[in-house]
Amino acid sequence: MRLKGTQILKEVLREEEVEVVFGLPGGTVIDIYDELLGSEIRNIVVRHEQAAVHAADGYARAAGKVGVSLVTSGPGATNTVSGIASAYMDSVPLVVLCGQVPTYLIGNDAFQEVDISGITRPCTKHNYLVRRVEDLARILKEAFHIARSGRPGPVLVDLPKDVMCARTRYRPVERLELKSYRPVYDPKCKPLARAVELIGRSRRPLVLAGGGVLLSGASAELRAFARKIRAPVTSTLMGLGAFPASDPLWIGMLGMHGTRAANMSTASCDLLIAVGARFDDRVTGKVDAFARQAEIIHIDIDPTSIRKNVPATVPIVGDCRVALQKLNRLLARDNGSPPESRQAWLQEIDAWKRGQVRYRRRENVIKPQQVIEELFRLTAGEAIITTEVGQNQMWTAQYYPFDEPNRLITSGGLGCMGFGLPAAIGAQVASPDRLVVDVAGDGSIQMNIQELATAVQYGLPVKVVILNNRYLGMVRQWQELFYDRRYAGTPVDVAPDFVKLAEAYGAQGLRALTPDEVVPVLEKGLCSRKPALMDFRVAREEGVYPMVPAGAPLTRMLTAPGEEDLLEGPARRA
Amino acid sequence: MKKEEAKKQVLSILVENQPGALARIAGLFSGRGYNIESLAVAPTMDAAVSRMTIMTRGDHAVLEQIKKQLNKLINVLKVVEVRKRRSVQRELAMVKVTASAEDRTELMRIVEIFRGRVVDVSHESYTVEITGKTAKIEAFLELVKPMKVGDVARTGPIALNREPL
Repeated sequence: MRLKGTQILKEVLREEEVEVVFGLPGGTVIDIYDELLGSEIRNIVVRHEQAAVHAADGYARAAGKVGVSLVTSGPGATNTVSGIASAYMDSVPLVVLCGQVPTYLIGNDAFQEVDISGITRPCTKHNYLVRRVEDLARILKEAFHIARSGRPGPVLVDLPKDVMCARTRYRPVERLELKSYRPVYDPKCKPLARAVELIGRSRRPLVLAGGGVLLSGASAELRAFARKIRAPVTSTLMGLGAFPASDPLWIGMLGMHGTRAANMSTASCDLLIAVGARFDDRVTGKVDAFARQAEIIHIDIDPTSIRKNVPATVPIVGDCRVALQKLNRLLARDNGSPPESRQAWLQEIDAWKRGQVRYRRRENVIKPQQVIEELFRLTAGEAIITTEVGQNQMWTAQYYPFDEPNRLITSGGLGCMGFGLPAAIGAQVASPDRLVVDVAGDGSIQMNIQELATAVQYGLPVKVVILNNRYLGMVRQWQELFYDRRYAGTPVDVAPDFVKLAEAYGAQGLRALTPDEVVPVLEKGLCSRKPALMDFRVAREEGVYPMVPAGAPLTRMLTAPGEEDLLEGPARRA
Repeated sequence: MKKEEAKKQVLSILVENQPGALARIAGLFSGRGYNIESLAVAPTMDAAVSRMTIMTRGDHAVLEQIKKQLNKLINVLKVVEVRKRRSVQRELAMVKVTASAEDRTELMRIVEIFRGRVVDVSHESYTVEITGKTAKIEAFLELVKPMKVGDVARTGPIALNREPL
């Protein structure tokens, strides 16, 4: 059968069970859009290509499938870079299809030509420029395979216009021949046995769950593991939801804005079991002071994550789920150290937990944390939450406890403002019946606010909660603490009227100015059948606490100036 | 991690002969702040595969990370650490020496001692070809320095591990 390049693409998308493509047409992809028109593959057309990738990212994480974007050459391609870099840092499986000028024009500085495979080389798992239509099917199949296997990640395929219009004989690709790409899923036995030995000996073990637990679908195995060894569990931002926040062994997130219990326990644990985490600097704080008394068991499918930032006593290369299954089996046989010996450790942890930093509510002004707490209450913790980046993201991590995996979708590694709204759109496409809420700041929501039009166009009732303090709040907080309150560039007083803006887009706009308006506005917004934008005017200079200054040891946690008492004693509220 | 002294290491890398493969490897080194002291690349007997010889520098942890990162690249087939002993390493240099009449005999003597060859002659200069370990090339350059040395082209070392007897 002789098929055109565009038809081959459609065939492969079908074989890969792609239901939806997020993108924006342009000169070099007209043929592809034309081919997909009327097919069963749904096209969601966004308003900016960065959003096409973030939406595919949100879709991929909510659906557990490979997300696909389709954009044109030149500026269409360059606009995807932030989205690709974010997905790369967070290991999200994406295939990004870019149009390219015809092969005979490549290198001539043609109109809307850019070397996108060159530009994205350092931020993709792999990328391709297809030079011959004969290679197209194989490359596309490889792209999907590479994106979803091993440590997942984005793969970009650059598609020159003439290649997509050329014809060749098409046979479905049956077998891929990637000579040297063989991710190791099955960990070796020896380090597993050694891990069991260390676990048996440990009196103060701590489990650190990272995004790898979610990616490998290992939440149930992690639960069984932690309960079996009776170890407290913390997680990275990307790992939130890997372990139920309502479990007594849960001690909260670790790191710069981590809980007191999590940060303190890393300093005194004697064994740290890291599962699918890569020890980002926001997690470790001062790396020389991190978990100094601990031996470290490090499970990760990507060997480069192991011993990159912290030493590992026992490196275990493999899939988190397979590794935990094997460990659980070995531990079931093992009758070593009775977990009772860990009672003292758990009591110590409990004392730290009781001393968790809280915030004080006020009568006349909305506290941003309060909005998140009410959001949690009203959604019974069951919404899919996306976030923007900054204070809104950290307050969400702190005040919206997650019991299930894949309910938090956030740009963790890259910290890409403008992520939340398009990611929410993607998540809503994946889960039409779920409530999807983007927690935003007034700064970052403006980075991709044009996507409200996309949400309205496709009837995707995403909700946006804006914690509006008229500042680029996280940077302002750093300036308050470390730059003598010199607020250079951070006040964003000039902002649109978000209620009117929402209405202009055909969405619902709501506003809360006082604490007693918080719940009514949330109730109304969350129940709306339309996309809804809720503007909460919150305490302008509220900070995210506790906070470990960049480069400081995790035990050096700051509280809000003048509220040092919040660090000690049980939780209290004014 | 503990800081220890950086040491030189030669890596021999088999890589699929694909467009962009060299850029991927060079980009990996520059993007992650690793050092490339020299790089030599050419196809192997299998035209689809090239061998790249990279001399780099780093402490133990950095070298381990470099090897892992290289292995992570889809186009990289194999990364071999070239042993300091039990390997053969060679570098080729071509050196243009402006030799006056009185220097020429001395130059010829040095070339002979180093088992080099004169591959081009003009009124003003000799172009000398010399092969050997990097240290030998450097010793040669040191010796001819007093004469006027013009253009120098060096391949950087290429290397293979020795097989057991």
